[in-house]
Amino acid sequence: MCLGIPGRITEIIDADRFLAWVEVSGVRRKVNVTCVAEPGRLDDLVGAWVLLHVGFAMSVIDEAEAARTLEVLDALGEVQDELAAMRESARP
Amino acid sequence: MKYADEFRDPALAKKVLARIDETLARMPMPEGRPLHVMEVCGGHTHSIFRYGLQKLVPDSIEFVHGPGCPVCVLPMGRVDDCVTLAEHPGVIFTTFGDAMRVPGSRGSLLDAKARGADVRMVYSPLDALELARGNPDREVVFFALGFETTMPSTALTLLQAADEGIGNFSMLCQHITIIPTLKALLSDPHCLIDGFIGPGHVSMVIGNAGYRFIPERHGKPFVVAGFEPLDLLQSLWMVLAQLAGGRAAVENQYARVVPEDGNPAALRAIAEVYEDRESCDWRGLGAIDRSGVRIRAAYADLDAERRFGLVPADVADPEICQCGEVVRGRLKPFQCRAFGRECTPATPLGALMVSSEGACAAYHQYGATDGATDRGASDRSATDRGAPARG
Amino acid sequence: MRDLIDGIFLAAFGNAGIAALEDQARLPLADFGGGGLAFTTDSFVIDPVFFPGGDIGRLAVCGTVNDLVVGGARPVALSCSVILEEGLPLADLRRIAASMAAAAAEAGCRIVTGDTKVVPRGAADRIFVNTAGIGSIPQGRELAATRIRPGDALIVNSTLGLHGAAVMAARGDLGLATALESDCRPLGALVEALLDAAPGTHAIRDATRGGVATVLNEFADAAGVCCRIDEDRLPLTEAVRGLSEILGLDPLYLANEGLFVAAVPEPEAEAALAVLRPLPGGAAACRIGTVTGAPAGRVVMTSFFGGERLVDMLEGDQLPRIC
Repeated sequence: MCLGIPGRITEIIDADRFLAWVEVSGVRRKVNVTCVAEPGRLDDLVGAWVLLHVGFAMSVIDEAEAARTLEVLDALGEVQDELAAMRESARP
Repeated sequence: MKYADEFRDPALAKKVLARIDETLARMPMPEGRPLHVMEVCGGHTHSIFRYGLQKLVPDSIEFVHGPGCPVCVLPMGRVDDCVTLAEHPGVIFTTFGDAMRVPGSRGSLLDAKARGADVRMVYSPLDALELARGNPDREVVFFALGFETTMPSTALTLLQAADEGIGNFSMLCQHITIIPTLKALLSDPHCLIDGFIGPGHVSMVIGNAGYRFIPERHGKPFVVAGFEPLDLLQSLWMVLAQLAGGRAAVENQYARVVPEDGNPAALRAIAEVYEDRESCDWRGLGAIDRSGVRIRAAYADLDAERRFGLVPADVADPEICQCGEVVRGRLKPFQCRAFGRECTPATPLGALMVSSEGACAAYHQYGATDGATDRGASDRSATDRGAPARG
Repeated sequence: MRDLIDGIFLAAFGNAGIAALEDQARLPLADFGGGGLAFTTDSFVIDPVFFPGGDIGRLAVCGTVNDLVVGGARPVALSCSVILEEGLPLADLRRIAASMAAAAAEAGCRIVTGDTKVVPRGAADRIFVNTAGIGSIPQGRELAATRIRPGDALIVNSTLGLHGAAVMAARGDLGLATALESDCRPLGALVEALLDAAPGTHAIRDATRGGVATVLNEFADAAGVCCRIDEDRLPLTEAVRGLSEILGLDPLYLANEGLFVAAVPEPEAEAALAVLRPLPGGAAACRIGTVTGAPAGRVVMTSFFGGERLVDMLEGDQLPRIC
């Protein structure tokens, strides 16, 4: 229901209004970062990947969690591979 | 694209699909029907069709497309309210793109535009506020449509307008909330849903605690999911794994984006600006208690309903429409008596046909390539279903 | 009015045909060879009038020229009629006329006749341009969508959606900053090279409004065949992808102004791609799919994820999908 895509914060434009440039594949858009900013520490956001929805950054994407999800996905396959290998080796 | 491409890897998909097969083989299945997994969110529906996921999963699993598309459940009367405001002299009416085609009883916003109303599409509520700054002699109204994901953006925009004292900006609030609707769906004794794929972007705002009643009271698995194809397949597998293990719990597949407790700053903005409505109308589902919000009296000046003395229109859904049955998962889109006949993407009756996220439009656009591969479609051939779109 | 015509259009288009200022252009039949005559017309309205990679003038020439060349014709002469809203800056008009002249020269044809009307403010949106074009079709060329056969390779010369994406961003109301440029260009050189290398080519069409998806549907419909394409073969620039992701658009439906889709018999497909790639506007030439028999009249895409979906005709314009 809610189109959201990952983008990277490249620059703070207006700290008072919590505005930053966010880049998605070479396309830039002015984005409000109120929901992901700690007051007074906006500059820390530069370089962060955020989830973008209708011109607002709604979540800072957690790189470690992303890596963990991919590990789980990969592990799903490994178990499968092992099962296949077991079946294979169990054959007479 | 980082955080997207990794989750679109077809090689990994094969592995997950193999696990789905293996899990299905060792779990109890419902009698006489496929397993029903509802993806609540319209964004998920879109991904399922875009990547052809229904065809990749085994026949014994059926995705039921849920009510989580704010455009699809937008009642006709509310579209009429939009048209009324848009035709008010001096108004610039601003809206997200996909609300423009939804039919009301006096046509859509696109029709109103064709009749001369100043209707403009914006990407963000911030752009509507910018229009108000740039047109001080005009009244700029923004149509605040959407679930909890979108509420913080409109709330923060409204607070910004209040803060700057922008006197010619207001919002027509059509924000709705997903949990009361899930409660209404599950309280239906005919509900045939075995597990849920939960809305990732709503959850990044509201967190995951609100869904606990689903496993606890109804015994159904609920997995909050991301929007890439691997996210969806993994979430489906997580639902199956719960069913296979005789468990039901709220799980979070989309932890890279969804914090357990949601987003505190966003929730603060929502609470500051909005309060519950006693009841809210949904196209196809009717009125659901406390399923929407309105702007608090403290911001009455910025509330277009109060500002323009709007009397909300009450218009019944067209009688032939079976959107409600489709949204509840009781009918597949092509089983609706109007599908592909009275109701097509060119002449939509129901909003499910209007929004590209709507299950009916998705079926029409991405539908089966042959009758045999679209499960449940045997009552009508693919050619019949598609024919009206080409005419 | 005479000043407008003399000062701007004659100066820009100057050639013997138009300078005579008779009520009609007169062209020697010899200009058309012994084959067929192709004749087409199109009107152009666009916001913004000037956009990265072109303007309404370049668009009006390329659009009509391309409608000729994808039929196998060599463009000979164009007309240019403009409707101007009172108050349009003359500098803008001059710039547009110069750009038309340059595009016509690039396409190897002349603008030989035209008309200018000025309407009161509000009766038009700055400038509307109509161009008609005639071209000669060398003997033996018979390009038509109805000739497409199962087994044909479907090829494109360029990346998808550049014009649509660039114009959408340039309009400014979506607040997007990009380096996107329209692909607006005459396609004659590319089509001639293609037909030299792949003389058996069955059909070519330029994918303007409605994009590649629309042309493929027209092909499938006209020939009673199925166009099968592979998502992972579709050439896309990063920026078009980015814009599409942000706005929830499908690049298959974005407009192009320098892209054609061709149905080429399988044995000639590789040779066709080999001649296109070294040419300007052909660097990204590639095969996007194959024509098959069934389901007739349909376009089917295999997603890079392995699933299949129908690619249907679009109802109305594609609107950004936000919620």
